[in-house]
Amino acid sequence: MEASQFKSDQYVRFCPGCGDHAICMALQKAMAQIGIAPHEVAVISGIGCSSRMPHYLNTYGFNTIHGRGGAIATGVKTSHPELTVWQMSGDGDCLAIGGNHFIHEIRRNVDLNVCMFNNRIYGLTKGQYSPTSPKGFVSKSSPFGTVERPFVPAQLVLGAGGTFFARTLDVDMPTTVDCLVAAQQHKGCSIVECLVNCVIFNNGTHAWIADREQRAEHSIILKHGEKMIFGANKDKGLAVEIDPQTFVPKIVVVPADDPRVLTHDATQADPTLHRLLALMGQDRYLEANSQDLPEGKGDLPVALGVIRNVEAETYNDAVNKQIAEVREKAKAKTFDELTATLEQWTM
Amino acid sequence: MKNIVVRFCGDSGDGMQLTGNMFAQLAAEMGHEISTLPDFPAEIRAPQGTLGGVSAFQVELGSEVYTSGDKADVVVAMNAAALKVCALGSHFNHSQAQFDEEFSLFHKHAVVIVDTDSLADKDLEKAQYHTDNPFTELGLPESVQIVPVALTTLTKEALKDSGMDNKSVLKCRNMFALGLIYWLFDEPMEKAIHLLEEKFKKKPALVAPNTKVMVDGYNYGQNLALNVQQVRLEEVQGDKVQGIYTSIAGNKATAWGLIAAAEKAGKKLFLGSYPITPATDILHELAARKDMNVMAVQAEDEIAGVCTAIGAAFAGDLACTSTSGPGLSLKSEAIGLAVMAELPLVVIDVQRGGPSTGLPTKTEQTDLLQALYGRNGECPAVVIAASSSANCFDFAYEACKIALENMTPVILLTDTYLANGTALWRIPKLAELPAITPQSVPEELKGHYNPALRDERGVRYWAYPGMEGYEHRNIGLERDAAKGTISTNPENHEQMVLARKKKIEQIAERIPNLQIIKSSNPQMSGTLLVGWGSTEGHLHAAANELGCDLAHFNYICPLPKNTREVLSQYKRIIVCELNTGQFAAYLRAQFPELKIEQYNEIQGQPFAVERIVKFVQQN
Repeated sequence: MEASQFKSDQYVRFCPGCGDHAICMALQKAMAQIGIAPHEVAVISGIGCSSRMPHYLNTYGFNTIHGRGGAIATGVKTSHPELTVWQMSGDGDCLAIGGNHFIHEIRRNVDLNVCMFNNRIYGLTKGQYSPTSPKGFVSKSSPFGTVERPFVPAQLVLGAGGTFFARTLDVDMPTTVDCLVAAQQHKGCSIVECLVNCVIFNNGTHAWIADREQRAEHSIILKHGEKMIFGANKDKGLAVEIDPQTFVPKIVVVPADDPRVLTHDATQADPTLHRLLALMGQDRYLEANSQDLPEGKGDLPVALGVIRNVEAETYNDAVNKQIAEVREKAKAKTFDELTATLEQWTM
Repeated sequence: MKNIVVRFCGDSGDGMQLTGNMFAQLAAEMGHEISTLPDFPAEIRAPQGTLGGVSAFQVELGSEVYTSGDKADVVVAMNAAALKVCALGSHFNHSQAQFDEEFSLFHKHAVVIVDTDSLADKDLEKAQYHTDNPFTELGLPESVQIVPVALTTLTKEALKDSGMDNKSVLKCRNMFALGLIYWLFDEPMEKAIHLLEEKFKKKPALVAPNTKVMVDGYNYGQNLALNVQQVRLEEVQGDKVQGIYTSIAGNKATAWGLIAAAEKAGKKLFLGSYPITPATDILHELAARKDMNVMAVQAEDEIAGVCTAIGAAFAGDLACTSTSGPGLSLKSEAIGLAVMAELPLVVIDVQRGGPSTGLPTKTEQTDLLQALYGRNGECPAVVIAASSSANCFDFAYEACKIALENMTPVILLTDTYLANGTALWRIPKLAELPAITPQSVPEELKGHYNPALRDERGVRYWAYPGMEGYEHRNIGLERDAAKGTISTNPENHEQMVLARKKKIEQIAERIPNLQIIKSSNPQMSGTLLVGWGSTEGHLHAAANELGCDLAHFNYICPLPKNTREVLSQYKRIIVCELNTGQFAAYLRAQFPELKIEQYNEIQGQPFAVERIVKFVQQN
């Protein structure tokens, strides 16, 4: 199929230069690559810039209310598991007002493909800090800097028992398409954190990795089964060290030819290593002015690509299976048969 | 005797709900009409023997039953606290209070069976008596017939050879009381035993001891020829439709109404819900009905309850959510989404005492204005109300029919009284229920469909994922009246607001006209009692007693088409509700030319018929 088949007739109204344009195109490409007909696809969103996405995709779409996309998508997928269901959400929609639905769709492992657009700001309401804004971040609603600790989305996903987590960057189209395709192919709740730039209210929030000169040094694209190697000259690798005193494992950068360089296994059930990988470079986003990070902090590359991809029974399969099993054995399957089972008498 | 009211009261752990239910069911099977009122504390187990832990179950049975009864004629009091709460009614925690028929839960000629083994000093102390003679202290008049029975001793005696431990033995006390009541009403023991076996089907070990105790209780009444008249009720006659009957609680009837509607409509039934008193039994019932292909999701919160349902509606299902007042507040925004997206959705609000957490286990009609208006923007939805435990079935069915045929949320109001109470229900066949024709989309719109396209009634066409050629984007934003896409155009918004309003108004064309229940007293013919929802039985009984007419509403928004015409025929209109006058205010707004009086009670209890009668006569 062609990406154009997934393009709606609506004029795309993201701000010029917004990272959402790229994700929109990546979604159309990924959907074409996956090859599921548009009428079998439902794209559900909440409120926010990213939640406008359904309007630009020629599938079934539902642009709902703030934070509730996850619950509505859960209803669609549970009642109609034959549909492919996407959820478009942002760092505010997903992690603040919709936080409860977010962790529960992950906990239940509903087979949804969730794009969580993270620009670390509320864009549509014109520039307030979000749950992923670094501490100290100055915005219209935090004129003296926030005093709040931010979420690292990956922590939340893995903490809720997530079976799939990927991270991608608006300016990296191939990785984004790969992540979206993998998210759709994964059976279960797939969370793709899309790092997007808000050109108006938070320009350059991901500059550390988005900057073309720096990207190869500051990020690593993880691929299942491949060695974890990065750097402009592919000269660096990642390994695990265990602190001899505290026994806390940590990721370290080693030369690419070091035999300790890890091979990425996204399918490993134990999330310990996935968590370490997903947290790499994230301390850079915990506090504003993090360019002055102390020695040893923030020098690990930010992991992009599919970090975790584990199979587990989905909620929608489990409930539908249970219904089928009960119905198989049931004596009464219609209303009239059901009422016949009541204690009853003639008057 | 036409009707009689029996009240079982005891400690929360004494099994009063079970006992009362068994008695009510047998009475119904013996051909009596019934209406029941479970009345229990919000706490699962308050400290044993205390006033706060008293749990009660009341049933009115007879040949013309409208309510569960104002006051009991026969009382079973399992302990000192129950005796006190029942004798003093709402004054039970006033110090020095004495029996006053106005407030008491039983009549001054009532028969009161008391467990004398539960009146020891420590029992009296726990129930906050100040003397060692509870009967004198409560000031019970001589007309009250006290029947002292050593229930505990007799139960132990009955089970002395059973090998059961003391705790298990004591749990059977309620069956002794039940046996005694069966004797009092001269009910056949074979049927009673059969019923007991049914009730304990899942715990077969309990059948034999409970049967033994119950039969001993019956024989105790028979042999000792207690100094009490056995009660004989008149045969049920009159206009009852012939058929097969069962007794059903309101919440179960509601759940089954949804099941029937889904099958009739050829839709899958989806329930998104979150546990909340007193609505949870609807979730329980539907979660158990996987045999009927029901998808019941216990969501992470009230909002997710309604939102999962909206997702299912978007995907083409018959989608419902069940809740009570606090949950309806939480769902408001999402119901607005369903109004805006024009999706069918059934919202069941089992009202309880409010505001906030309020009185979770008590009954009230205080969510009416919330149901009508409690959303942002101009946000019309259909509001209907059930008026008996049995017709919860019919109105749940009707809610689904209206929602599916008109692409709108329908809020069905029931309440604690209907939800937990039971009534006789004539079991219908699916074939005899009205047809449901869910809105669909004409074939010729394939390839040209958008979600703003409407039929001649103003109801938008329904296409959903999986249907090829109807792909579209639905929204909670305002949509263009022609194209269905986002629009902020001023004229378009007004046009859409009016289109949504008109869509609800046109439903009045297809709902039944308001029927008057006529009086027998020509002198009172200018007086009309008006009510809505669960108070129908009480108002019917009051209207009968007064000889005036009654107009009872099940359809609230829209109102029946003939409402103005009917109401304007009366000189005196008295709207009676369990709130401070919400329906009265609604009617005044619709019909400003009418003079409307109101009678209100807000005590968390159903109406007392005698108080309504007194109000109408004295004002």
